[in-house]
Amino acid sequence: MAEVLVLVEATRDFTVKKVTLELLTLARQIGSPSAVVFGAAGATAAMVDKLGEYGAEKVYAGESADIDGHLVAPKATALAELVRRVQPAAVLLPSTQEGKEIAGRLAVKLDNGLLTDAIALTADGTATQPAFAGQVIVQSKVTRGIPIATVRPNSLTPAPQAATPAVEELQVSLGAADTLAKVVDRVTEQKGSRPELTEASVVVSGGRGVGSGDNFKLVEELADLLGGAVGASRAAVDSGFYPHQFQVGQTGKTVSPQLYIALGISGAIQHRAGMQTSKTIVAVNKDAEAPIFELADYGIVGDLFKVVPQAAEEIRKRK
Amino acid sequence: MNIVVLVKQVPDSGSERSLSGDNTVERQSANNVINEMDEYAIEEALKIQEAHGGEVTILTMGPERAAESIRKALSMGPDKAVHVIDDALHGSCALATSKVLAAALGTLNPDLVIAGAESTDGRVQVMPHMIAERMGVAALTGARKLTVEGGTLTIERQTEEGYEVVTANTPAVVSVWDTINEPRYPSFKGIMAAKKKPVQTLALADLGIDAAEVGFAGASSQVVEHAKRPPRQGGQRVTDDGNGGVALVEFLSSEKFV
Ligand SMILES: Cc1cc2nc3c(=O)[nH]c(=O)nc-3n(C[C@H](O)[C@H](O)[C@H](O)COP(=O)(O)OP(=O)(O)OC[C@H]3O[C@@H](n4cnc5c(N)ncnc54)[C@H](O)[C@@H]3O)c2cc1C
Ligand SMILES: Cc1cc2nc3c(=O)[nH]c(=O)nc-3n(C[C@H](O)[C@H](O)[C@H](O)COP(=O)(O)OP(=O)(O)OC[C@H]3O[C@@H](n4cnc5c(N)ncnc54)[C@H](O)[C@@H]3O)c2cc1C
Repeated sequence: MAEVLVLVEATRDFTVKKVTLELLTLARQIGSPSAVVFGAAGATAAMVDKLGEYGAEKVYAGESADIDGHLVAPKATALAELVRRVQPAAVLLPSTQEGKEIAGRLAVKLDNGLLTDAIALTADGTATQPAFAGQVIVQSKVTRGIPIATVRPNSLTPAPQAATPAVEELQVSLGAADTLAKVVDRVTEQKGSRPELTEASVVVSGGRGVGSGDNFKLVEELADLLGGAVGASRAAVDSGFYPHQFQVGQTGKTVSPQLYIALGISGAIQHRAGMQTSKTIVAVNKDAEAPIFELADYGIVGDLFKVVPQAAEEIRKRK
Repeated sequence: MNIVVLVKQVPDSGSERSLSGDNTVERQSANNVINEMDEYAIEEALKIQEAHGGEVTILTMGPERAAESIRKALSMGPDKAVHVIDDALHGSCALATSKVLAAALGTLNPDLVIAGAESTDGRVQVMPHMIAERMGVAALTGARKLTVEGGTLTIERQTEEGYEVVTANTPAVVSVWDTINEPRYPSFKGIMAAKKKPVQTLALADLGIDAAEVGFAGASSQVVEHAKRPPRQGGQRVTDDGNGGVALVEFLSSEKFV
């Protein structure tokens, strides 16, 4: 069976992200999964067991200061070399900013078609992509080369399947153009105990209706009780209630959790763009005409300052 | 500094958008606007020009209608524009688009190319790196802050955990998010001045690109079919009678979330 290369996405402290496990699960339906690790020394050793748990037959270790210390380009060069050598059936990358950027450079290097934002990919290489805020669903294929696809987090449920991966060190020869953009510092701004927004199975978001940054504690409280992440509408972000990296929507993150709770969010089309593929949608809004109710599986017309504390209290009681 | 800003015309994300029979974006009937992120790119270019001098050029690849967006972009302050227009471009994939834009940039010899981080229609988010790859220059993407010191560029790149500080020398491609600045509104004077600013049009032949390499003919990926997704059905809706919070938890519990 031909290999399927999976680009591993991990945190800086070498925790494999959930999207990687999803990609490995998807790769197994197409061929033999090979995980590709890029990062600082020690990355592969820290992650190989987890990657094996989800079926990685092989792990390529691309560990070097040059790869880790420069933006995107070295990773694309290393991947292109690997693709030329092992002739995989497909390359799967996470549909994150960096995943897409690497895929873009890889496509240029190989003059190979690119499929972005896939939510499914069949063994014959047909990708399903949502377009225009999920209003249109598209089936597409590459017509040149192998499928190089970026896949959205939460598109499928990761399933373990034990394998014992063979680890192979990647020897990478970088060109001068690969090391033009130097990463000189990495700053952690806030890293709490909450799951990452795009990976969380529960997201609780607040909008302008939440009224202030202080009031966002209510949103956080409900999120914590449900083990979820916190999101925000653009109006809430623009009003300074919550930091920009938590914005959900057209110009923010796309999330697709099992449960999305919208508090004081009207449901503008650009907000929907980021959340309407969520499995179950719940909305609390005091305006019965708010468009968010058109897509909510369960909606409460009411004041969030009454409904949310009561719900929080009730969950605590039941725990 | 010689700055080129990449500006794409897109259908307004606030109105109904669709694909046409040939699986391409319906641009004919759409309400077309400048891709929102590109307005931030223009603003950033103008700020650099104000501080360091030089020239700002708008570069657009798009059909005839894109000329309206070019005028609008010029009314914010840039000096001139280049419009790549050719019927053979219809149906271009990202690879072909980057080939054309890189070739057009080659005729302009920029020190700095500024783009939006993504377009609101394709949302492919690859154009800046594809172009940098083709031109062999640095790419600093996803910037929420950009500083220019001589020929050295430094950005703050937003990440999940915080941000990365990334630096490179010109020539380079930079892409920006909407957190970077607040785009100016065109003034009346700016709108009047824009009417007289030069807009050069280029066809594929001017760029030495064969029609077979782009558009439907040269597409490296292809949409096989598209379908409107059935709109989500609203479900149960209750009005809070003082017990809304409890009712909400009942629902969450019935769905096994609690
Ligand atoms: C190009 C472009 C891109 C955009 N990208 C995004 C994006 O990525 N994400 C995004 O979210 N938006 C985006 N927007 C903005 C979008 O159009 C809306 O303006 C925004 O989503 C509105 O946020 P909101 O629902 O929080 O605020 P509002 O529309 O003001 O809604 C607030 C809601 O709260 C309710 N409310 C008020 N008080 C209470 C209370 N006490 N209890 C219960 N309910 C209450 C109100 O009834 C109202 O429905 C974009 C817009 C454009 C033009
Ligand atoms: C729903 C949808 C899905 C698509 N999926 C794919 C796919 O999977 N694979 C594929 O190869 N193509 C795909 N395309 C086609 C692709 O979007 C186009 O080729 C497009 O020209 C480039 O992509 P983008 O606008 O998304 O670029 P992005 O990379 O998102 O744009 C970033 C920036 O590049 C600049 N830019 C982009 N296009 C132009 C332009 N024409 N003129 C000037 N500046 C520009 C702008 O500054 C913009 O902000 C898709 C298109 C749509 C509408």
